[in-house]
Amino acid sequence: MAGIDSEKYKQNAHKAIADPVLQSALTSLQGRLGPATKKLYNTLPEGQELRKIAHQYRRKAIDNLDVLLETLAENIRSHGGQVHFAPSAEDAVEICVRIALENHVRTVVKGKSMVTEEIGLNDGLEQAGIEVTETDLGEYIIQLAGERPTHIVAPAIHKTREQIGELFTEKLGTPYTDDPPTLTQDARRALREKFLTADMGISGCNLACAETGHITTVSNEGNIRMATTLPKLHVAVMGMERIVANLEEQQAILRLMSMGAASQQIGGYVSYVGGPAAPGHSDGPEQFHLIIVDNGRSKILADETFREMLCCIRCGACLNICPVYGKIGGHSYGSAYSGPVGAVVTPLLFGINDASDLCSGESLCGACRQACPLEINLPRMLLALRSKLSEGDPSWQVKPARNQERWLFRCWQFVNGNRTLYNLFYAVARKAQKILPTQDGMIRKLPYPFNGWTSQRNMQPLAPKTFMQRWQEKQEGKK
Amino acid sequence: MKHTPPVTLFVQCIIDTIYPDVAEAMVKVLEDLNIQVSCPTSQTCCGQPAFNSGHRQVAKAAACKFIDLFEEAEIIISPSGSCVNMVRHHYPELFADDPEMQKRAIKVGAKTYEFTQYLVDVLQAEDVGARFARKVTYHASCHLNRFLGVDRQPRALLSHIREMELIEMKDADRCCGFGGTFAVKYSDISEAILKEKVDNILQTGAEVVTGCDMGCLMNIQGMLSRINASVEVKHIAQLLAER
Ligand code: SF4
Repeated sequence: MAGIDSEKYKQNAHKAIADPVLQSALTSLQGRLGPATKKLYNTLPEGQELRKIAHQYRRKAIDNLDVLLETLAENIRSHGGQVHFAPSAEDAVEICVRIALENHVRTVVKGKSMVTEEIGLNDGLEQAGIEVTETDLGEYIIQLAGERPTHIVAPAIHKTREQIGELFTEKLGTPYTDDPPTLTQDARRALREKFLTADMGISGCNLACAETGHITTVSNEGNIRMATTLPKLHVAVMGMERIVANLEEQQAILRLMSMGAASQQIGGYVSYVGGPAAPGHSDGPEQFHLIIVDNGRSKILADETFREMLCCIRCGACLNICPVYGKIGGHSYGSAYSGPVGAVVTPLLFGINDASDLCSGESLCGACRQACPLEINLPRMLLALRSKLSEGDPSWQVKPARNQERWLFRCWQFVNGNRTLYNLFYAVARKAQKILPTQDGMIRKLPYPFNGWTSQRNMQPLAPKTFMQRWQEKQEGKK
Repeated sequence: MKHTPPVTLFVQCIIDTIYPDVAEAMVKVLEDLNIQVSCPTSQTCCGQPAFNSGHRQVAKAAACKFIDLFEEAEIIISPSGSCVNMVRHHYPELFADDPEMQKRAIKVGAKTYEFTQYLVDVLQAEDVGARFARKVTYHASCHLNRFLGVDRQPRALLSHIREMELIEMKDADRCCGFGGTFAVKYSDISEAILKEKVDNILQTGAEVVTGCDMGCLMNIQGMLSRINASVEVKHIAQLLAER
């Protein structure tokens, strides 16, 4: 599903908050993973310092991206693989569809990959008449249900086992059960069929290593390993920023990524893929293609303010701690990327005006940065996005939004600039507040545009005198 | 005895206009420690709401005013972690393209302290002689805790209040959902987050909830009052001023 649907952020959030199933799923996810990841960081033999060092590794890679990508491409070609650069989402989809059609591919098995969600690869393949099956259990469930992932690592947490049971009965024809191991077996059987008959396997890439010329995939179900070795064709799709210079840096980051993603020391299956099966080898695909996707990343790279975002490894740790994500879930963001990472990356990739609520709808508590294995400063970038929205920025094609708010703040600036005016303003407001409804001395209903405050909250009224007035009177009394 | 420089008060706008008792309490604590206190009464808001909403030009105007007004002060004290974070961390950022102003901003920021940070880190005063015979729980505000790294200080001060029982709430450092204009613009989300905070507060059975930022406390008080909960909301300065 390419494109975004972020305009309904508020409505979707409202719905999500009222959904008790989702609420308990989110609470349990955050209760489990948030603290567990934090604990794991404390066990790092290198100490927490490693997070800063790993951030530097990523940063260095981003700063040298052109050279590293060239090196990666050369090395992969030397192993017999083919490398394609895709400037846009459409280009990437077209390249992949072309490879499939040239090889008469009818069925595809896929490992979980965020970038393929971003570019809408499944739709593209299906339009070309190719059957695509997601093989990560969570992705498989939401594919059957025709939904979007609600978490970038745990896509189906919003579904109960009863719902999954019904879904499987309807789509797979298996007898109804809500027993998780049985459901997993049902999925396994259905997927096994697909793996064995698929003409092509598609994977993402967690992190490529330039020096050795390979990509890595990480999973806990072993499905990606099957999807990338059983079919005769393997196509890997990677965002062009997912690369580091050498193996040493790569392994440090993969460990941190596993901690962030699943509170593990390292993912269950880590595969290193550098090309097709070597001549004379019986295992592995006949062809290996790597599609390196730009799709807006060059633009991020060119802007020093947001370049840090390219360091992100999409581990999802920031979702597991964010108080906003913890209430509204992934669907509210209307994008493949949800949570704090989505709030920054979705506007940058898909348009700041179109995703304006994503930039503004956070409390700026900073928990995401603290939880991020690489300590990416998401709050700083959220603030920068907001300033683009409020003041406009032709270089990002941002039109100033929120004219009413800007007008209010301009008036406020005028009043705030002069204490006499400020006092006068508050004197009037103190009089005006008397007409507002109260509950035990607290204001129960504020007028527009502040009414949001009082839907479930009261407000302490303005004091009879400001502290400055009191202070002045005290000083005069002393004289 | 070594000379303790006089302090200049930087009073968060909502304390100035809505909760002046908090600033009074802070003055009392400081004066009881024989600190000379001054307060420029022409001060207004530091510009944080504008900055957080992306209106940087508006915030810049507030920052210029603040810097002009406080530049001469030896030490600046504020009873609000998020306002100190604004001055320390965001003012220099606002003047990224104006090295002269940026230098001034950094200098002002370096001498701006949050109240408990000043007491504990600068004065080394953890026991200010307070007595408060109530059950209290502490909310660790986000900007104070994460952006200023101040958590040990308020807790040290609380641990020295006589007769007070401190009951730790679940997830004390989780956001209360305030977020400035966020609370108004995205009130559904803000309230959902706040509800969790309020539940955690009620769970402790504390009579009073305290913290170092009236923004968060105003938010918490708003919901406690709406649901007729009897828990009182007090800024830490108010507890430290109790005798
Ligand atoms: S921002 Fe950090 S925590 Fe969030 S997905 Fe990216 S790397 Fe993971």
